[in-house]
Amino acid sequence: MVGAIFGSTVGKKAIMATTGVILLLYLIAHMLGNLRIFFGEESINRYAVWLREIAEPLLGYGGLVWVIRVVLTLSVVLHIVTATQLARRARQARPVRYATRPKVQGSYAARTMRWGGVIIALFVTYHVLDLTVGWLNPDFEHGEVYDNIVVDFQHWYVALAYTAAVVVVGVHIRHGVASALRSLGVTTARGERVVNVAAIVFATALVVGFLSVPFSVFFGLVG
Amino acid sequence: MNLTLRVWRQPSASAEGRLVTYEVTDVSPDMSFLEMLDVLNERLILAGEEPIAFDHDCREGICGACGMVINGVPHGPQKATTTCQLHMRHFSDGDTITIEPWRSQAFPVIKDLVVDRSAFDRIIAAGGYISAPTGSAPEAHSIPVPKANADAAFEAAACIGCGACVAACPNGSAMLFTAAKVTHLGLLPQGQPERYTRVVDMVAAHDAEGFGGCTNTGECAAACPKGIPLETISRLNRDYLQATLRRH
Ligand code: HEM
Ligand code: SF4
Ligand code: FES
Repeated sequence: MVGAIFGSTVGKKAIMATTGVILLLYLIAHMLGNLRIFFGEESINRYAVWLREIAEPLLGYGGLVWVIRVVLTLSVVLHIVTATQLARRARQARPVRYATRPKVQGSYAARTMRWGGVIIALFVTYHVLDLTVGWLNPDFEHGEVYDNIVVDFQHWYVALAYTAAVVVVGVHIRHGVASALRSLGVTTARGERVVNVAAIVFATALVVGFLSVPFSVFFGLVG
Repeated sequence: MNLTLRVWRQPSASAEGRLVTYEVTDVSPDMSFLEMLDVLNERLILAGEEPIAFDHDCREGICGACGMVINGVPHGPQKATTTCQLHMRHFSDGDTITIEPWRSQAFPVIKDLVVDRSAFDRIIAAGGYISAPTGSAPEAHSIPVPKANADAAFEAAACIGCGACVAACPNGSAMLFTAAKVTHLGLLPQGQPERYTRVVDMVAAHDAEGFGGCTNTGECAAACPKGIPLETISRLNRDYLQATLRRH
């Protein structure tokens, strides 16, 4: 069974889809958590503490956060390893390119999955160093979630970088959701339209939710 | 009408190939694309040159032999139409048309526009069959088939094995072809005994031939002359995952 999953193109796509869905569920939770900033400094800082208090008797303070980090890291690694293997395989499968080849069908999102993924990986690294560890944020203070965000997004270039990255994530997810449902065999003939519309609605909601924070800070609505 | 063709010429599998330009005059809009090439070939033969090699057989869109990439699109600009059924009325006087063979590691060029598609035969041999007792044909109504399954199986059975899906796929994947065969047999009662071993074996053969993996881009379904829907691949994935995650 393990061979049939890890060793075949169909199995590798199932891994990409499953890990993609895990990352996506995380993104939804993350986006909703960020919206706490609109309820004030107290609300979002308290939320960060509360996250670390969940299951404290069992895992200790911050234990659950570490469990989530491990799951996310494993998912990202599996997602990128299988994506890279499939991308190399695809290149070998078409050694001679066409002299002319117009874009016929594939959406912009579908065509930019590979480079989009690389950009997202670079962004996630920067993001963690910026707002989790704080190395790239000169005014960073641990536990001061609200202040860290406000100080960050008052710089136009930081707000711009986050905006660009979130849009790239949205595009990646727009194809990703529809593709994952096909890779996992969920999509049926009748579901085809529903899946495509749902993917667009879903990606848009996520992008708007994430972008509301840097925009509100930059235009002075928060902070 | 008069056309300029840029045609891939490659004397043999091992030889270098290149695009060669030809002028074709007095093309009738009622000619098929292959007839237009026939006219050019007759002229080449009279001039003592080597005619352009291309595959064809039925010339009525059912055998799957013909197929070339016309201006970057497998089987040309007309949707759900094989090259042999494509008419010159879809082109305009003075057009330049680029003609290339299917490009795939698994479909090596034999000569000019002819490629070796025996990789498809090996995928079929891996599982594209049912086991049934031989003898006289059974009574047609002895095994009931739900109408929806019969329709979907028939839709998938329309695949003529031309390989346009591979030629169109940015990953060089043959998943639409493989999925059409898996769906066609796996939806009918006669195909049930091998349903789960079939999908695993055919995907293994597909991968062993060096075809790429599917990224659900949908170029294949857009190029397919028989309109095999992209959803067919989702069905293959479903059967494959069921076959590997559960025991059958
Ligand atoms: C970190 C670097 C990343 C890379 C290199 C990457 C790369 C890719 C690639 C190449 C695909 C293939 C899509 C296709 O062609 O069908 C893909 C699919 C997908 N990605 Fe990512 N991605 C990354 C991050 C993410 C993140 C952060 C998420 C979640 C928010 C995500 C969610 C998805 C989903 C759900 C799919 C669909 C899986 C499938 O088609 O089966 N990816 N990714
Ligand atoms: S699925 Fe369509 S394009 Fe692919 S081999 Fe069958 S008929 Fe040709
Ligand atoms: S020659 Fe038979 S399908 Fe075109």
